[in-house]
Amino acid sequence: MTRELTFAQAISEAQAQAMEDDEKVFLMGEDVGVYGGIFGTDVGLYEKFGPERVIDTPISESAFIGAATGAAIDGLRPIVELMFVDFFGVAMDQIYNHMAKNTYMSGGNVHVPVVLRTAMGGGYGDAAQHSQILYSIFAHVPGLKVVVPSTPYDAKGLLLSAVKDDNPVMFFEHKLLCGLDWLPFGVKGPVPEERYYLPIGKADIKREGKDVTIVTASLMVHRSLDAAKILEKEGISAEIVDLRSLVPLDKETILNSVKKTKRLLIVDEDYLSYGMSGEIAAIVAENALYYLDAPIKRLALPDVPIPFSKPMEDYVLPNSQKIAQAVRELMKSE
Amino acid sequence: MNSIDKELLIKMYMNMVKIRRFEEKANELFLNGEIPGFVHLYIGEEAIATGVMFNLNTDDYITSTHRGHGHTISKGAELKPMMAEIMGKKTGYCHGKGGSMHIADFKVGMLGANGVVGGGFAIATGAALAAKLRGSKQVAVCFFGDGASNRGTFHESLNMASAWRLPVIFVCENNQYASTTPYRTTTSVENIADRAIGYSIPGVVANGNDVFDVYEVAKAAVERAREGGGPTLIEAKTYRIKGHFVGDPEMYRTKEEVNEHFENDDPIKNFKSQVLRRGELTDEEMDDIDKRVADEIKEAVEYGRKSPYPEPEEIYDDLYV
Repeated sequence: MTRELTFAQAISEAQAQAMEDDEKVFLMGEDVGVYGGIFGTDVGLYEKFGPERVIDTPISESAFIGAATGAAIDGLRPIVELMFVDFFGVAMDQIYNHMAKNTYMSGGNVHVPVVLRTAMGGGYGDAAQHSQILYSIFAHVPGLKVVVPSTPYDAKGLLLSAVKDDNPVMFFEHKLLCGLDWLPFGVKGPVPEERYYLPIGKADIKREGKDVTIVTASLMVHRSLDAAKILEKEGISAEIVDLRSLVPLDKETILNSVKKTKRLLIVDEDYLSYGMSGEIAAIVAENALYYLDAPIKRLALPDVPIPFSKPMEDYVLPNSQKIAQAVRELMKSE
Repeated sequence: MNSIDKELLIKMYMNMVKIRRFEEKANELFLNGEIPGFVHLYIGEEAIATGVMFNLNTDDYITSTHRGHGHTISKGAELKPMMAEIMGKKTGYCHGKGGSMHIADFKVGMLGANGVVGGGFAIATGAALAAKLRGSKQVAVCFFGDGASNRGTFHESLNMASAWRLPVIFVCENNQYASTTPYRTTTSVENIADRAIGYSIPGVVANGNDVFDVYEVAKAAVERAREGGGPTLIEAKTYRIKGHFVGDPEMYRTKEEVNEHFENDDPIKNFKSQVLRRGELTDEEMDDIDKRVADEIKEAVEYGRKSPYPEPEEIYDDLYV
């Protein structure tokens, strides 16, 4: 049976089903217990599975993210929650020197089946230490899979797959997708009640088009869909490729779309430089340059920390109007 | 309380009331949509910042937390640019770039609120290191919560500050909740002050709802630091009257629990009853202070409201010097 769920509800349900199916799965993080997760993604789990499997941690990310690696090596399948991705700094050694590398350094003798879930994104005035995206930093480090769902359906199917994956998977949840009363936007969508598993590493074309390809992820998929509606009225048909994961990256879907439309805009809420938008641009330049009718265009966060004040925050974040304008410019250039 | 003269009593009272009224107003403005983001209120914890800060000079340093308005006010920041900052205005202390969680006034030694729990330990330690290297006799105070005492930076900084005998005072505001988690469920010790023994420094528990107790405990620690005796860990026990942030649904505790603390152990009421009992201040004197504070808050709100927003293009300013 399929019902409408919010993004946060879909994540709660996926975690509950993963825990029902496999007693080796457990959740730990800050305020995941009685509170149900600051962004409502763990609601009902504590009541259902109790304090042994839904564990409130101290504010000690280095210790509890490191402990997830240890527990995974010892045969469990932890889901661990980093409340805001911005806080990764205090635990980065545990993530990129240990979680990400243990399988490789051991010559494949050990598996680290951790799902590290984290909230990301701005757009509600939470300033420079609580609004970042940062997924590109983790995609840069070999050994981590990086999942970036945009819809409740994708979130559930990808999270169930992430828990079954024998590799460490970072799972990025945009706060504005969650669907909470006190946060703007929020998405709701059809989600089957039964379990289903979406492949990690397969992009999804969220809208077919013929004039321009927009490659994007997470919240920016929705901003791009809104932009596509605006552009349609102007006679421009945009195709939207939702990456769904940065690692593995579905190059084939990107390249096939670009070869068809011959124009590419990359929309990224992460910082412009040295990130996802540059990576996609490089791949297309390396593999499909001669198919292009115009230079590749990128729309991303300018290289500044996210400012608090609303007019400044609005100015730095990509939105549907800016995406539409970038496409118009792309259609004119050759 | 022989060491506290009437002038200081008046200042203490005024400071606590100023914090309370500022926070009540911030709560109202947030709910009214005039303050974006998140606001973490210091209501119920006013005695700690107040008791510590009247032992400090303007050129001493503090680091603060996400719950930083009370520290900022106590260190001597002005209400107008504070209010403008948390409203995101150009005239704010950080020109609208920081907001509530990143407010700072370096002119009065307030080195910044902080959005990352435990972010201030090392910065305060560094300020104390600089003071020691300069031989300046300044001290640094790091305010932090019970939750932050489980961060690696707490342990690393206390060790280093002790090993180097730095003039830094670590002030734990134990308000019983790390965000929404009761501190005892995730913390190994009953008294966070007990951890001091691991770093060979004094660890002292103070009643964080009694400004006089905080004042005396902090006085000894500040004197010790200034004289080269090294760091002290103070744990001021208090209670967070408001939610973790404005809008927190607070499913993790009962209203009765909150009311019991607020009715019976409000630091401002505690102050009043003590000074009245001892005949040190009168109701009239305190009412007069209340009125002056109310005016000052009103002016700050008007200033914030009238101030312009920054121009969007200002995003590129201040990234590098």
